[in-house]
Amino acid sequence: MDYQKLFEPKTMAVIGVSLSNDSHPANVVFNKNRLRYPVNTFAVNPKGGSFHRTEIFASVADIPEKIDLAVIAVRADLVPGVLSECIEAGAAGAVVISGGFAESGRKDLQDRIAAIAREADFPFVGPNCLGIYSPDHVDTFFLPSERMVYPNAGNIALVSQSGGVLVDQMINLADEGVGLSVAVSVGNKALIDEVALLGYLSAHPGTEVIAFYLEGFEKNGGRDFVSAARQCGKPVIALKSGRSPEGGRAVSSHTASLAGDYEVFSEVLSQYGVVEARSQFELVSFCESLSCYKRPIQGKVGIITGSGGHGALAVDLCVAHDLSVPRISEKVQAEVREGLSRAAQPIAALGNPIDLTGSAVDDDFVVAAECLSRTDEVDCILLLVLPYSPGTTSDLGARLSRVYLREGKPLVAYVPHVEKYRMLIEGFELNRIPVSPAIEGAVLMVDAMRRCQPC
Amino acid sequence: MLNQEILEILSRSKEWGWVLEPDAKRLLSLAGIDVPEFICTDRLNEAVEFSERIGYPVVAKVVSPQVVHKTEAGGVAVGINNKVALGEAFHRFSGIEGFRGVLVEESVSGVEMIVGSKVDYQFGPIILLGIGGTGVEIYKDTTLRMAPIEPKDVTSMLKSLKAHRLLEGYRGAEPISLEKLTRNLIAFSSLIMDLGEAVTSIDLNPVFCSPTRCVAADARIMLE
Repeated sequence: MDYQKLFEPKTMAVIGVSLSNDSHPANVVFNKNRLRYPVNTFAVNPKGGSFHRTEIFASVADIPEKIDLAVIAVRADLVPGVLSECIEAGAAGAVVISGGFAESGRKDLQDRIAAIAREADFPFVGPNCLGIYSPDHVDTFFLPSERMVYPNAGNIALVSQSGGVLVDQMINLADEGVGLSVAVSVGNKALIDEVALLGYLSAHPGTEVIAFYLEGFEKNGGRDFVSAARQCGKPVIALKSGRSPEGGRAVSSHTASLAGDYEVFSEVLSQYGVVEARSQFELVSFCESLSCYKRPIQGKVGIITGSGGHGALAVDLCVAHDLSVPRISEKVQAEVREGLSRAAQPIAALGNPIDLTGSAVDDDFVVAAECLSRTDEVDCILLLVLPYSPGTTSDLGARLSRVYLREGKPLVAYVPHVEKYRMLIEGFELNRIPVSPAIEGAVLMVDAMRRCQPC
Repeated sequence: MLNQEILEILSRSKEWGWVLEPDAKRLLSLAGIDVPEFICTDRLNEAVEFSERIGYPVVAKVVSPQVVHKTEAGGVAVGINNKVALGEAFHRFSGIEGFRGVLVEESVSGVEMIVGSKVDYQFGPIILLGIGGTGVEIYKDTTLRMAPIEPKDVTSMLKSLKAHRLLEGYRGAEPISLEKLTRNLIAFSSLIMDLGEAVTSIDLNPVFCSPTRCVAADARIMLE
């Protein structure tokens, strides 16, 4: 099946536009696409008439152009008929927003629409979903534009079983300045599921990282998912809900008791190189890190800090995540010290963490980052930047980014996220150095590189 | 592919929903997994003859379709050193419900590990490896992989156990044989792939791992 037109349609029919209720999901989808996206959008309702001074077509068949994407938002029992009409009219694919299928006991109806589509080789997303947000192309989410938070266009694809969690993740990514290539809410995934999307996204040129929010798979669906993830050639991240043990279930063997659903999920994902996020915060940190860095590391972290306390907290977090913080050799320490400013030189502690102290200036951070970049004693550098320190300027982000561009050793940074430090943060982020608002987030970014072994 | 004898064992075990230990051990050995040398008999003189041939001490266990948990039913005797002790075990076991005979086998030793499998709804056949023995669910030092596995998975499984240093020659002990463990686990992996959904779970516990062997000393195979 060809999904291209689902994600980059030139023409679109919105079926189920209401003549009486302006905030009907179909009306919202029709409006936002007509007003904001380069897609020729047509409204459909069997009653005909007009809506916002545009013609409403009685059927998809009446639309004078071939439809790339049909968005279906009619009552569940009408969906099979509408789907058949779309196929008949030569539409290329659909998003079925309507609910009232397997989630409310109508698996039969859901199986019927899947069978109709399969028979005609007709791709559709849903039912019971928000559908597709493809930046600069299309947005089938029935949420008014002014209520949405849109991340910048970028290289991360988000796929979610839950529409709500997806929208939340978009807010979190936008907050961290992380860009999105596409977002798909798969809903009941009657036809297009995670495995199908892995296939499409692995070949999607704009996508470099694929992140999933998962609730569960059908029988053996997990097996298909991890096999596809291993083959897709791009980092895959997954956050799963329903991790608590079922409890109280009688089991016949030690193995059955020790290998609960979540334990199996977690260990098999890691076996197949999928990076499991255990919270939404981890998901964002992993996305940000892997969207910048693709090469796996062993996890030997060099920490550069302007404060001893931050350094100590970072060491604890590294150790908790099985990352090592090796002591820097005397030789490299001497190189660092040689390059430091007169104020920092006598008081800086250089063993690892490299504590440049509150007397440090931008140049000191740059020297330390350069020296650590050139030794194989560490394979990643964690920067703890305190913009309130008097010697630190707003240029430090961009200057440290250039160290990475020159030397190629991954850098991640912690910078407190308040508006007045924005330029410092953007100096990192716009040069594709990931920045976290929490020390733990920065450590998670390092952890992501270590855990994504087949990347 | 499963051989004919394995299929026959599975088919005659359906009646109880699990495979009696002598059958389970035969099945494992057909699949290339190391098990202790054993005999299953209801005649004491046969048991004595066997024990004298392989040498004492031996282990005796009751065979009964009514007894899944042999230890709890008083159906296990270890460290049997002579004919008299073997006779006593026979006598005691014969009073256990559903008595069919006694499994007598060589005593094996080593680090007690568990090797297990289950069919997971989402991921299919899964392999478990961990520190075994009766405390397995207390220590919970186990790791899981989706089958089939490759030799390099065995190395990573061992590394992910908290007690892995115990296996690698802790405090002067000789390390367990990684080669034997790997060979047995790979054979186990092919077996459970072939068994598919016919078997819901398997516990090999304990598997005694030593520098020379990895031997499944007990086996519980639960059927669909």
